[in-house]
Amino acid sequence: MNETLGYVLLIAIMLFTLTTIAAWLIWLERRMLALWQDRYGPNRAGPFGLLIVAADTIKLFFKEDWIPPFADKKIFVVAPTIIAATVLMSFVIVPFAPGILVSDMNVGLLFFLAMSSLGVYSIVLGGWASNNKYSLLGALRGASQMISYEVFMGLSLMGVVMLSGSFRLTDIVMAQENYWFIVTQPVAFVIFLIAGIAETHRLPFDIPEAESELVAGFHSEYSGMKFGMFFIGEYLGIMLVSSMVVTLFFGGWLGPDFLPPIVWFILKTFVFILLFILLRASLPRPRYDQLMEYGWKILLPLALLNLLITGAVALWIK
Amino acid sequence: MDTIFYITAAVSVFATLMVITRHNPVHALLYLIVSLLSLSVIFYLLGAPFAALLEIIIYAGAIMVLFIFVIMLLNLGKETAKQEKEWLKPRIWVGPAFLSLIVFAELFYLIYTSVPETNSAIQTVDSKMVAVSLFKPYILAVELAAMLLMAGVVGAAHIGQHKKSNLHRFLKETDDL
Repeated sequence: MNETLGYVLLIAIMLFTLTTIAAWLIWLERRMLALWQDRYGPNRAGPFGLLIVAADTIKLFFKEDWIPPFADKKIFVVAPTIIAATVLMSFVIVPFAPGILVSDMNVGLLFFLAMSSLGVYSIVLGGWASNNKYSLLGALRGASQMISYEVFMGLSLMGVVMLSGSFRLTDIVMAQENYWFIVTQPVAFVIFLIAGIAETHRLPFDIPEAESELVAGFHSEYSGMKFGMFFIGEYLGIMLVSSMVVTLFFGGWLGPDFLPPIVWFILKTFVFILLFILLRASLPRPRYDQLMEYGWKILLPLALLNLLITGAVALWIK
Repeated sequence: MDTIFYITAAVSVFATLMVITRHNPVHALLYLIVSLLSLSVIFYLLGAPFAALLEIIIYAGAIMVLFIFVIMLLNLGKETAKQEKEWLKPRIWVGPAFLSLIVFAELFYLIYTSVPETNSAIQTVDSKMVAVSLFKPYILAVELAAMLLMAGVVGAAHIGQHKKSNLHRFLKETDDL
């Protein structure tokens, strides 16, 4: 009974922290973007403009929550919840530190892949239910982009699985005690990072939204807190991909003893979150066909080659 | 465990029924996804976590997305739903339903009369065991499936390939200006 209570408490704390950090990331992103572009960014509400998130949330709640009469109402309402739900579900298997994780299942990595593949429905259904040409185009692009990038996201991770011999994320972290997997799997790391950006449809790859050509892509018709849900889902996705990169390639919670493991994990994750924001500030958006070609003609063969070489070397050493 | 199994099984049966009876194709597909997810939970309960997650990744995550993708492109509106409604009259489905009822009764009888051989004690099949069985006794099937997929990929590449045509007059190679 005590153990169950502990888990419930852990889940409640995790939910609260994750959603709070995700909301606060909006402030971080706007401040950092401004910094890199020689501006101030939001600095009026509260110290350093930290309360801008609260102000934005209140504003979103008071906006008219409009469902277009031509939309498919049920699916229109369900779609934004899917992305937030699937991303939050994925955090179940992320090992933050020894003892601080909800489920240590032996197919953890596959669970992450499964949840990220279910996240596609949010975009597809949201775009379809809006019954709007721009939304539909955004949804089509989103679906094809996410399906193709999922393929080599999974393939690039198999090298890590080979080296650690397990799908369990704690085993993968423990296998990195001597050296981090970035040393032996740099190609897989690059592929996973690119695929992760495409999965969260962040700026270099935000073709489903593409505000300069598609209004707002799949969420053109969304307003109020439904739009907020897509937004929070995106930032949760950034956190998830960053923490997965850290777990799989940068030794997770491992680090020198002078800081507790959880602090190492958070520090490493924030480096990657900042990298995501920097990418948004610095890279232009590729054209849609360029994105697909790049994926299928460069990343997929690279991922397969990496898999082949890793397997051969692992066998040879054995 | 048994309770969870029966709840999931009920969800799965209900969702599958809804797949058949919905008039709107996208709604039907959504119920199909729910059905696949509940099947995956059943796999997990029966001690096959690897198969359970592959069910989600491949069926719910990839194949069903492609289905929805195609249906989105077809732009089926209210008229299709109306057409479906007309097709789903009792006159149409009573016959097949009656025949399936007979098969169902037989199945029920068989399950009811058969004695379970080795009940309880569910063995968990981990990913290593799946890999060993795929690459040892079933290696031929795996290779055949790989060939089939290769044929599909080559076919898709052939259909998808097209000559690059420059629509803009400045980029055209023929100098007929």
